Amino acid sequence: MGKAFTRRDFIKISGLGLGALSLGAGFYNKSSVPQIKQIAQQAGASISGNTPTPTVCEICFWQCAGWVHTKNGEPWKITGNETDPNCNGRLCPRGTGGTGAYLDEDRLRTPLIRKVVDGKQTFVEADWDEAFTFIADKMHKIAKEHGPECIALFSHGSGGGFFKHVLRAFGSNNITAPSYAQCRGPREEAYLLTFGEGVGSPERTDLRDAKCIVLIGSHLGENMHNTQVQEFADAVGQGATVITVDPRYSTAASKSKYWLPIRPGTDIALLLSWIHVIIEEKLYDEEYVEKYTHGFEELKNEVKQYTPEWAYPITTIKPHVIRETAREMARHRPSTIIHPGRHVTWYGDDTQRSRAGAILNALLGSWGRRGGFYYANKASVPKYHYEKYPKPKKTWRDAFPDVYPLANLALANGICDATIPTAKRDCSFKGWLVYGTNLIHTLPEQKKTLEAIQNLDLLVAVDLMPSEITGYADVVLPECSYLERYDDLRELPGRVPTIALRAPAFEPKYNSKPGWWIARELAVKLGLEKYFPWKTIEEYLETRLNGVGLTLEEMRKKGVHEFEDRHPLYFEEGMEPQFDTPSGKIELWSNLLANYGFDPIPRYTAHEQPPEGYYRLIYGRAPTHTFARTTNNPILTELKSENEVWVNKNVARLHGLNNGQYVVLTNQDGERSTKIKVKVTERIRHDCVYMVHGFGHTDKRLRKGYLRGADDTKLISRVKVDPIMGGTGMRVNFVTFEPAV
Amino acid sequence: MQELTITSGRHMHHIDPHLTIWGWEIPVYLFLGGLVAGILFFSAVYFLRGKSDEMRTTVRVAPLFVPFLLATGLFALFLDLEYKIHLFRFYTVIRLQSPMSWGSWTLGIIFPLSTLWALMHAESVFPNWRYPYKWMEQAMNFVKKYAKILAWLLIYYAAILGIYTGILLSAFNARPIWNTAILGPLFLVSGFSTALAFNMILSKTKEERHKLGKIDLMAIGTELFLIIHMFMGFLASTEIHVEAAQLFLGGPYTAPFWIFVVGVGLLIPALIEVLDGMHKVKSTLVPAFLVLFGGLMLRFIIVDAGQFSSWIF
Amino acid sequence: MARYGMVIDTKRCVGCADCVVACKTENNVPDGYCRDWIVEDVRGNYPELHMEIRSERCNHCENAPCVRCCPTGASYTDEDYGVVLVDHDLCTGCKACIASCPYDARYVHPEGYVDKCTFCMHRVREGLQPACVEVCPTKCMHFGDLDDPHSEVSKLIRSRPNHALIPEAGTKPKIYYLL
Repeated sequence: MGKAFTRRDFIKISGLGLGALSLGAGFYNKSSVPQIKQIAQQAGASISGNTPTPTVCEICFWQCAGWVHTKNGEPWKITGNETDPNCNGRLCPRGTGGTGAYLDEDRLRTPLIRKVVDGKQTFVEADWDEAFTFIADKMHKIAKEHGPECIALFSHGSGGGFFKHVLRAFGSNNITAPSYAQCRGPREEAYLLTFGEGVGSPERTDLRDAKCIVLIGSHLGENMHNTQVQEFADAVGQGATVITVDPRYSTAASKSKYWLPIRPGTDIALLLSWIHVIIEEKLYDEEYVEKYTHGFEELKNEVKQYTPEWAYPITTIKPHVIRETAREMARHRPSTIIHPGRHVTWYGDDTQRSRAGAILNALLGSWGRRGGFYYANKASVPKYHYEKYPKPKKTWRDAFPDVYPLANLALANGICDATIPTAKRDCSFKGWLVYGTNLIHTLPEQKKTLEAIQNLDLLVAVDLMPSEITGYADVVLPECSYLERYDDLRELPGRVPTIALRAPAFEPKYNSKPGWWIARELAVKLGLEKYFPWKTIEEYLETRLNGVGLTLEEMRKKGVHEFEDRHPLYFEEGMEPQFDTPSGKIELWSNLLANYGFDPIPRYTAHEQPPEGYYRLIYGRAPTHTFARTTNNPILTELKSENEVWVNKNVARLHGLNNGQYVVLTNQDGERSTKIKVKVTERIRHDCVYMVHGFGHTDKRLRKGYLRGADDTKLISRVKVDPIMGGTGMRVNFVTFEPAV
Repeated sequence: MQELTITSGRHMHHIDPHLTIWGWEIPVYLFLGGLVAGILFFSAVYFLRGKSDEMRTTVRVAPLFVPFLLATGLFALFLDLEYKIHLFRFYTVIRLQSPMSWGSWTLGIIFPLSTLWALMHAESVFPNWRYPYKWMEQAMNFVKKYAKILAWLLIYYAAILGIYTGILLSAFNARPIWNTAILGPLFLVSGFSTALAFNMILSKTKEERHKLGKIDLMAIGTELFLIIHMFMGFLASTEIHVEAAQLFLGGPYTAPFWIFVVGVGLLIPALIEVLDGMHKVKSTLVPAFLVLFGGLMLRFIIVDAGQFSSWIF
Repeated sequence: MARYGMVIDTKRCVGCADCVVACKTENNVPDGYCRDWIVEDVRGNYPELHMEIRSERCNHCENAPCVRCCPTGASYTDEDYGVVLVDHDLCTGCKACIASCPYDARYVHPEGYVDKCTFCMHRVREGLQPACVEVCPTKCMHFGDLDDPHSEVSKLIRSRPNHALIPEAGTKPKIYYLL
C-alpha cells in the first residue's frame, strides 16, 4: 500500500467517522453500562465508602496510589491510599478530579483510520482487527524498505512499557519521551556529572526536614507534585527559610523569607555569586568538601571574579541580598536544599545552570544528608522473563554523530529532526508510534514537528483523548482511562521501597481498550506473539508479584505494598558515600565535561534580552492541570478553563491593557497565539510575561478545551539547544500584544 | 494596592461576579405592594373621615383594583421562587426574625381583608351588583356592620405592607446599599405617592385630583428628604457603606438613579404640580404617570444596586 | 451544643484547590457550582508584596443572617454541632438567605433549593473529617469544636495570630485564618 495522499491533513472533524461514531457510541454505551453496574454491585455503597478499587493515579507522572469509590454504580470519588508514602493518603486536585478522565464525553471511542473519501481525508471508524492489520502492514513495509529501526516510539505514561516492549521486539530501540530533552534532562545530566547519580522522579529532595529551601524558577505549590508539595508545606510550617528566585511572585515566593525577582536568563550569575560568597566567607562544609569533592581549588579560583557586585547589574539582585541569602543557606547547612527544579530547559545552558546548583549543594554538604538529598530505596520486583530482543543495527544517535555527547536518553526533538530528510542524511524515521503524548503541544518549534509528520509513512496515536496529534495520525487507537485498566506495577524510588497496583474500577467505556491489550494484540498481528507468553494482564501481574511472594488478590485488597529490605537514607545514618564519577568523588570540576570540551566549571554567558516592546515569554503550571492532558477534564476545567497572560501593571499601562481583556500574543517570528485573557498584576517583572502551559487547544473535538486561552508552545518557535545533552531551551522567545478581534 | 482574585474558577449562576438572583419579579412586586398599601391606606383614611363621596375614587373605586394588583404582585413573587411547589412552606411557620415571613403573613392577611373591602365598595360603584348566594350577602352585611374596624385594620396593615416592602431589603446587612433604616419609610412614602398618582389617573373630579395632587406634593417632598438623608447616612457610615454610596455618586447607578428616579420621577412631576397649582400650566395627568414611572424605577434600581453592592469589593 | 468550626493555616496553604475538587466529588456538587473556593489576596507594590491564600466557604456563622432571614425555617443551625444547614424539604428558593450572606457562600441548586457547604455533616456524624480537610495536601485545614478548649482548633486559635472574614458584618464567622 503506497501513500494514498501526499500531505497529511489535520482532520478536525471526522466527517464520515463522526456520524458512524455517534451511532457507535450508542451501541457501546448500551453494552458497557451493565458491566459497570456489575462491578459496582460487588462493592456495597455506604456513606464512608464501599469496597473501593485500588488505583495508581495517571493524571500526572507522580503516580500516587489511591482508591476509586463508586456510589450506586456510578463513579463517586478517588481518595489517596493512606499506606502510600508517595501520597500519604492525600491526592492532589488533579488526582482527586481523576474521575473526570473517565467521565469525559469527548473521549476517543473507537479506532479510526485515515482514508481519502471523495478526495477528502477523513477518519473512518474501524474495528480493532482492521486497525491492527493496517498498522502491521505498514510497519512491515517500513522494516523491509528501511529497517525496523526506522520506527520510533514517543511514550509518556505508565502504559508505555508494553509498547516499548513491542518496539524492542520488533527491532527498534528508538524510544523517547519529551520529558527528557524538553523537561528534566539537563538536571539529570548535571547531577550525574556532579554526584554520579541523577535526582530521579520523585525527586530525592528531603524537603520534609529541610531548614532552608532555595527555589530557582521552581514553583512548588503551583506545580502540584504531591508529596513534594506536602513536604514543602511541612517545611514552611516548621519555619524553614525559603528563598525563591523567580521573576514572578509565585505561590512559593509568597511563602518565602526572600523573594529575588531576578532578571530572566541570569540565574547562573546569581548561583556563581552565591558560590563566591560561600567560598570567600568560608561558609562551606569544609570537612565534607575535603572528604568527598574533587576540584575545589579550581572552583575557588574560578569564582573569585563573581562578586555580588559583579552579579548585581546582571541579575538586578542587590549585593547585600546575595550575601544575606548565601549566609542564610550556610547557616542551615547541611539541611539546605538548592532545589534542582524539574522543568529546566530554559536557555540552552541548562546543564551548566543545574551544575551550578549541584555544586552549591555539594559545598553546603547537603547531598546524602538529612534535610538535603537522601539516598532513595527502590523495590526490586523481578521483571517478567522474555525472549531476547533482536539487536538494532542503528539508533537515533546515528542521525547526530558528534553532537550531544552526554545525552543519556533519546531526544524527542532529535527523533523529530531526524524524520525530516536533509541532503546529508538519508531519512532516519518513517514511522512514529505516539503513546499518551500530544507532541504538537509538548515539542517546541511546532512548525518543525508538523514538517516531520509530513515525512512519515505511518503515524499511530494511542490516546485517551482526541488532540492535535491524533488529528495528524493515520491510525488512532482509543485507550481506556487508567480507571478502566490494569497496568504494570508501580515501582518508584522513595524513602521506603514500595510497589502499588492499578486495577480497573470500571469496564472500558465505548470501544476503548487497555494499553496492555492494544500492545499485545499489535504484537500478535506483527507476528511477535512469542514475546507475549502471557495472555492476560492478570497472568502477567501474578507472575511478577509471585516473584516477591505476593499475589494479585492481596494487592487488590491493599493497593500498596511496602518492602522491609532497605538501606539507610543518609551518610550520617550509615549510607556508604559512593560517587559514580570519573574521580569517584563529587566533581565540582567535571572531568567528563572537560574531556568533551565543555566548561568544567559553569560560566555565565549573557543571553539575549527582549527588544523594546517585547517581553520574554515564561510559562509554568497551574495546580489544577497537568499540561494539555487535563484541559478538557470536565471536573478540572470547571476550576480553570483557560489560562491568562500575566502582565506587569506598568507594562499594561504602556500597552493600554486592562485586567480581564483579551489579547493575541505575537512573537519575534510573527507567530500568533489564540486569544488570551490579560491578568494585570504587581506579581511579575516588567521584562517578561507569564502563562500556564497546556491551554489553547485547536482541536474542536475537545469541547471544553477548544480555543480556551493560548498555547505557549505555538509561541516557542525557536529554541536554544543545550550542546551538552541536546535539551531544548524554550524561554528564549519574546512576545508582544495585539488586540484580539 | 490590593489584588483579590478567586483562582478556583467560581462562576456560579446568578452569584458571580455579583448577585443577580432577583430580576424583574421582585421590583415589580415591591412596586405593586407599595401601590396597594397606598391605595388601601388613603381609602380607609378618607372612609373613616366620612369623605366617601367627595373622594369617591380614592375611597371606593381604587380599592376595586387592589385584589388584581395584589394578585399580579404575588404572581411575580411566585415566579421568582426557585422551588415553587414549596410555596405552602411560607404558611407552615411564623418566623419573627424573618422579614420575608412577616411579609408573607401580612400578605396572607391583607389579601382577604382588601378583597372584602373591595367587595364592600363594589356594591356602591356598581348599582346592579348582586351576589349569587344568599350567604354571601349575609356575610357582606356583617362586614359592612364592622366596616370601621375593617378600615382601621387596613390602615394598620397597609402601613406594615408599605414599610415592609422596604424592610425586606434593608434587613440585608450583607448588601450595604439596602442596609439603611430609611429604606422602609422611603418605600412607604413612595408607595403612597404612587397610590395618589394612581388615584389621580382614575379620578373623575377636578377637586379630588387637586386634593390628591397636593398630598402627593408633600409625599414627593418627604421622599426627596429621605433620599438625601439616606446618602448622608451612607457617607457618615462605615467604609463599606461609603463605597456602596459611590455606586450612586459617580458609579454605574448615578445616571439612572438621579435622572429617572429623582429627576423624572420626583422633581419634574413636583414642578408641574406646583405650576399647575399656580395655574401656570394646563392640568394634565402627566405628573401622575411620571410618579408611577419613578416609583417603579426606584425599586428596579435599588434592587439591582443592592445586589451589586457587597462587603467584598 | 458544640460549636464546630475550622481553622485554616494560610502559611501552609498553597491554593491548589484540592479542597474544591474533593468537595465537588464528595458532595456531587452540580456543574457550575462550588461550595468552597480559593482566594488570592495580594497586597503591596512590586517588589514589596504579600499574599494570603485562603480556602473559603460558608463560615457557619454563630449569628447567621441566613438563618434569621429564612421565612420557612429551612436554613437552621444544627443543635448538636452548631453547623448551619439547609433543609431542602422546607426551602422555597426565595433566595433571601443568598442575599443575606456577606460571603456569597450560597447558591440555588439546579433542583430548586438553596445549597451550600455543610461541613460534610454526613461524614462528621460518622466521625470523619470534612472532605476538604481530609484531602488537603498541605494539611492546612483543621476542623473541630471551638467550645472544647482542648481541641486542636481551640489550641491553634489561642497560640497563633489569626483573623476571620468580614467580622465587622457582625455575623460571628466560625472559620479562622492563621497568619
